[in-house]
Amino acid sequence: MTGPMAAAAGPLDPAHGRHLLLQMLRVRRLEEKCVELYSAAKIRGFLHVYIGEEAVAAGVLGTLAPEDAVVATYREHGHALLRGVSAGSILAEMYGFVEGCCRGRGGSMHLFDAATRFYGGNAIVAGGLPLAVGLALADKLAGRPRVTVCFFGEGAVAEGEFHESLNLAALWQLPVLFCCENNLYAMGTALGRSESQTDIALKAAGYEIAAWAVDGMDVLAVEETARRAVDAVRAGGGPHFLELRTYRFRAHSMFDPERYRDKAEVAKWLERDPITLLRSAMEAAGQLTHGDWQQLQADAEAEVEAGVELAEAGTPEPLEDLTRFVYSEPGTRSEGAGS
Amino acid sequence: MKSSYREALRAGIRDALQRDDRVFLMGEDVGAYGGSFAVSLGLLEEFGPERIRDTPLSESGFVGAGIGAALGGMRPIVEIMTVNFSLLALDQIVNNAASLLHMSGGQFHVPLVIRMTTGAGRQLGAQHSHSLEGWYAHIPGLRILTPATLEDARGMLWTALQDPDPVLIFEHGSLYNVPGELADDAGAVDITSAAIRRPGADVTLITYGGTLPLTLEAAGQLAGEGIDAEVLDLRTLRPLDDAAILASVARTHRAVVVDEGWRSGSISAEISARISEHAFFELDAPVGRVCSSEVPIPYSKHLELAALPSVERVVAASREAVGARG
Repeated sequence: MTGPMAAAAGPLDPAHGRHLLLQMLRVRRLEEKCVELYSAAKIRGFLHVYIGEEAVAAGVLGTLAPEDAVVATYREHGHALLRGVSAGSILAEMYGFVEGCCRGRGGSMHLFDAATRFYGGNAIVAGGLPLAVGLALADKLAGRPRVTVCFFGEGAVAEGEFHESLNLAALWQLPVLFCCENNLYAMGTALGRSESQTDIALKAAGYEIAAWAVDGMDVLAVEETARRAVDAVRAGGGPHFLELRTYRFRAHSMFDPERYRDKAEVAKWLERDPITLLRSAMEAAGQLTHGDWQQLQADAEAEVEAGVELAEAGTPEPLEDLTRFVYSEPGTRSEGAGS
Repeated sequence: MKSSYREALRAGIRDALQRDDRVFLMGEDVGAYGGSFAVSLGLLEEFGPERIRDTPLSESGFVGAGIGAALGGMRPIVEIMTVNFSLLALDQIVNNAASLLHMSGGQFHVPLVIRMTTGAGRQLGAQHSHSLEGWYAHIPGLRILTPATLEDARGMLWTALQDPDPVLIFEHGSLYNVPGELADDAGAVDITSAAIRRPGADVTLITYGGTLPLTLEAAGQLAGEGIDAEVLDLRTLRPLDDAAILASVARTHRAVVVDEGWRSGSISAEISARISEHAFFELDAPVGRVCSSEVPIPYSKHLELAALPSVERVVAASREAVGARG
């Protein structure tokens, strides 16, 4: 999982390379801004940022079609953004305003968006896996060639719901792609301190699910493998599984003093920053000029700043609406429910 | 036509499967085995394994899959063998089914129905006999149904499937064999209102589900003693039909709640509190309660019976309420 950019990914189309760089930069900039806004007390609650892991969301989500579904975790700002939820509605959600994608009822850990079939935003570790299985079951029963992608961390592997979900998906041959974002730490618990078998792809193989371990810092490798897996799932090949080996550069959350890992380890991983890796490879191949790089950064910056502007101008939900959305409002027919 | 509670449930499931091709039944042993309480007997042969779907012993997994399938546009009926086993799926029921609509700011509805057996009385011991429907009634976002009659067993399911939100249906194990008559045209019923099963003037006996038969029997005995008891079947524990409860209490001025759940923190406590809050000056006596003893339900027959509400205890509590007159 070390080394330069995956040669296996083949020659890179410069425009596509710039596109992938931009996707990762958009997430990076959004997350850096979230940290800044958290420190300024604009965002409260728990905040978990995705800095360091951008290649995973950027590589996987680009392979999906609009009709596919995405289930994610509480570290999901980047997934939401790259799935098509606007930076403004994500930030307004974290500000707790009605302009947020969930009207301020979800917050950082619970981003949802029906328009892009983004099903959260699940803050119970492994809680999203059964949902993904069910979404895929609905597609299979209805004969729709759609794919459900489910992201979760390696900490989820210790939960019963992980095993129940993999078994169900394999048993029923459901169109779901499991994406395990292995960043080596479940909060502060290292994988080797929580699992008797640390080869996660092997666990999936134990359920007769085709599984690959991928360098999660190499966006081209992630994209290439994800594309093959998504195509196979869509073609009726049953569930597939990717273990994406990555690293979280920042603390688990804003409350984490990081006593459980040493600075040398973090520094070593920082050398494999997924954005720097792709940038350097493209520069070395003469595919990215300094001007290109500056433009990509400026585009990401402008998008996030526009989002902040929208969030800053947000409005709180009226208090009389407190108890709305506990039950569906009169006139809601179950026919149209989120399908 | 002649039916039983079990057959009425089956007729309701069959009707839903015939009327809506998005409906399917999923759970442990619902197919080849015919249902652990034989509710789904014969449905596998009639509808096939895609729609009568046997699951592994993975309560959290298949309940969550039911939620996901509901999000994906299907109308799943998930069967959990008993309420005790539903605790393995509590995360999915509470953290997802009940919360998704609110967390998503009204975007994602979960039109899921979960059916499960509840209650004691069959010497099955502590891990198959509890009555936790009152617990579930604590959770905003869920609708809790407790069919006690053949009509409700037949008709609540279809109405529940039309609800855009998650509905839990609790079937008391002692009711499955109850025989009765069901109208040939029996169909969907309302799931919002309590029902007066026996009108009376002296005391309101408030109950639901498995304790309705014994409460009616107690009311019959009380009639012989000159006490005219009204029996109110709640039918739905969440949301509670406050208006029906308060209207009845306003007529009889006395109330006894009969609930197979434990007394502490129970639905009977909630009902008693609401009567105190909203009808305090209507009362001629303190609200009485007949609940299960606060023990895990024991196996031994005499101990189990002693732990549960009985006709005798309902009669005694009613006499006490009426005796407190003036």
